[in-house]
Amino acid sequence: MKNLMTSKARAYPVGLVVGWLIALPLPAETVYVTLEKDNALAVVDGVQGTLQKTVSIGKRPRGLAASRDGRLLYVATSDDNSIVVLDRASLTVTARLPSGEDPETFALSSDERRLFVSNEDDNQVTVVDLAGRRQIRQIPVGVEPEGIATSADGSWLVSTSETTNMVHWINPVSLALIDNTLVDPRPRACAFTADSRQLWVSSEMAGSVSILDTATRQLVKRLTFNIPGVTREKIQPVGIALDAARRYGYVALGPANRVAVIDAQKLEVLRYILVGQRVWNLAFSPDGQSLYTTNGLSNDITRIDLPSHKAVKSIAVGQSPWGVVALP
Amino acid sequence: MTPLRYLRALGGIMLRELFRFVHQRERFISALVRPLVWLFIFAAGFRSTLGVAIIPPYETYILYEVYITPGLIGMIQLFNGMQSSLSMVYDREMGSMKTLLISPLPRGYLLVCKLLAGVLVSLLQAYAFLVIAGLSGVDIPLSGYISVLPALILSGLMLGGLGLLMSSFIKQLENFAGVMNFVIFPLFFLSTALYPLWKMEESSPWLHGLAGINPFSQAVEMIRFALYGQVNPYAIAYTTVAMLIFVVAAIVGYNPSRGMMQRKTGAP
Repeated sequence: MKNLMTSKARAYPVGLVVGWLIALPLPAETVYVTLEKDNALAVVDGVQGTLQKTVSIGKRPRGLAASRDGRLLYVATSDDNSIVVLDRASLTVTARLPSGEDPETFALSSDERRLFVSNEDDNQVTVVDLAGRRQIRQIPVGVEPEGIATSADGSWLVSTSETTNMVHWINPVSLALIDNTLVDPRPRACAFTADSRQLWVSSEMAGSVSILDTATRQLVKRLTFNIPGVTREKIQPVGIALDAARRYGYVALGPANRVAVIDAQKLEVLRYILVGQRVWNLAFSPDGQSLYTTNGLSNDITRIDLPSHKAVKSIAVGQSPWGVVALP
Repeated sequence: MTPLRYLRALGGIMLRELFRFVHQRERFISALVRPLVWLFIFAAGFRSTLGVAIIPPYETYILYEVYITPGLIGMIQLFNGMQSSLSMVYDREMGSMKTLLISPLPRGYLLVCKLLAGVLVSLLQAYAFLVIAGLSGVDIPLSGYISVLPALILSGLMLGGLGLLMSSFIKQLENFAGVMNFVIFPLFFLSTALYPLWKMEESSPWLHGLAGINPFSQAVEMIRFALYGQVNPYAIAYTTVAMLIFVVAAIVGYNPSRGMMQRKTGAP
C-alpha cells in the first residue's frame, strides 16, 4: 500500500497537490443506506452524489444506526432475525446480536451500552447488552411495536405500537414500563428533541404527527399535512428528523413523495419538499447542512440542502432503500 | 453607406417595434396571460403526474410547473415570432412596408433589423413571465435568469426567422388562422415543451421521432439547460442551423426580383 502510494505520488506530484487543494474545502460525507430488497448496504459519497459500492450484509436489512464514534454500524437484518455489527472501515460483520424475531427498528441507549429492539411479531421490546452481546430482557408492549427511541438525557426509552396506537414510556435503566399515551392510528416512528423535552410521533394511517411533552407525557400539538394536488390517503408520515437547535423538524410523508418542513418552535408546517417515491427515513449530514431521504419505490436517496430547503440531487442506490445514516 | 446609417436603421426599426408593443397593451397582457394560464391552470392539474423520472438538466424530482416553464418561455417566443409575421403581413397590406423597403439599405439587412426588433420584444415578454413564475414559487436559480439570456436570443432569432419565412408565404391577413392550425399547434404540442421525450416514446415511437426533429423542441431544451446554467450542445447546434435556414430562406423569399414573393404575386 505504501509502495503504491509513493509510486503514484512520484508519478503525479502536481496532480496530487492540486487534487488535495481542490478536495480540501469539501467536507467528506459518507452516506450508508440499507437496501431491503437487495440484502445489501449501499455506500454513497454524499458530496459528490455518487454510489461508491454496495456490500451484501444479510437478509432484508432495514433499521440502521452508527455508534457515536462512527466506527461501528448496526444493521437490523430482519429475515436473519439478528442485528449485525459492522466494522465501518472494512464493512465486514464483526458480531451478531440476539435481537429476537424479525427486528425492524432499534435504538441505542444514550450511554451506548444497551440496544433496544422492536419485535413486531412478538409484541415486545428486546433489550440487548452490547458488551456481553446477550439479551437482558424482553419487555412486553402493545401489539406490533414499531418506532423506538431513547432520549439524549438518558431518562426515557419509548416504543410505539402500530395496532394498539400507543406510546409506551419505559425507564431505560430499570426497564420498567412507566406510562402509556394514546396517539393517532398506526404510530410508525418517534424521535425526541435534542433537549429531550418533547417526543414527536408520526401516525401513518391518520396522516398526522403528535408532539408530546416529555414531562407530562401528554399531547402538546397534533400536526396534520395538506399538500395541494396530493390526496389525503397518500400522506403517510413515517421518518422524523429534528435538528439539534430545535429550529426545524422534518417529517417524511411516504407515498406523498415529500418531506414536510416544520417550524419546531411554533409547531407549524412551513413547506413541503418534493423527493423520490415513498420516502420513509431521514438522516442529517454530520455538519447539519443536508438531509438525506430514502425513497423506497424510486430506489434512490435524495439530498436536501437545509439552508435553502431545496432538494438538490437524487442518487440511485439499489432496490428499496430503507434506513440511512450519514457520517463524516 | 456608413455603419452609422445601418445602426440608425436598426434603432429606428427596434424603436418602432417597441412603441408598437408598448402601445398595444392588450398584446403584452395576452402574451403574458397565455403562458400563465398554462402554468397556473394546466400545470396545476398535472402536478403529480410527472416527477417519476429524473432527466437532465434536472438532478432530482421536479414539479410539473417547473418542467413546463422552459416550454412556456418557448411558447411566448413562438407566438411572438408568429405575431411579428402577422404584423409584417399587415404592414404589407397597409403599405407601411413600402416605407421601410424604400430605404437605400439592403433589404436583407432591413429584414434582420425587423427580426432583431421582434427578438427584443420577445425577451421583454419572456422575462416578465419568468419573474412572475419565479415569484409564484417555480424554483429557478437566480443565476439562471442571466444564463438563459443567450439561449433566449438564439431561440428568439430562430422562431422569429420562422415567422419571417411564414410571412413571405402568407398572402393575406385572413390566412393567419391556417398558421395557427398548421404551424403553431403542431410545433408546440409535438415538442418537449409539455412532456419529456421519454414519456412520448412510451405512447408512440412515431410521435417521439417527430418531436425529436422539431426545432421548437430543441429550442425548448436549449432554454431548459440554460436556465440551470448548463449547455446542451446538440440543442444549440440544431437551433442555430434551423435559425440560419429560416433566416436565409426568409431573406431570399422576400426579394421581389427572385424567390417566393415573385412567384406568389405573379410578377409580370
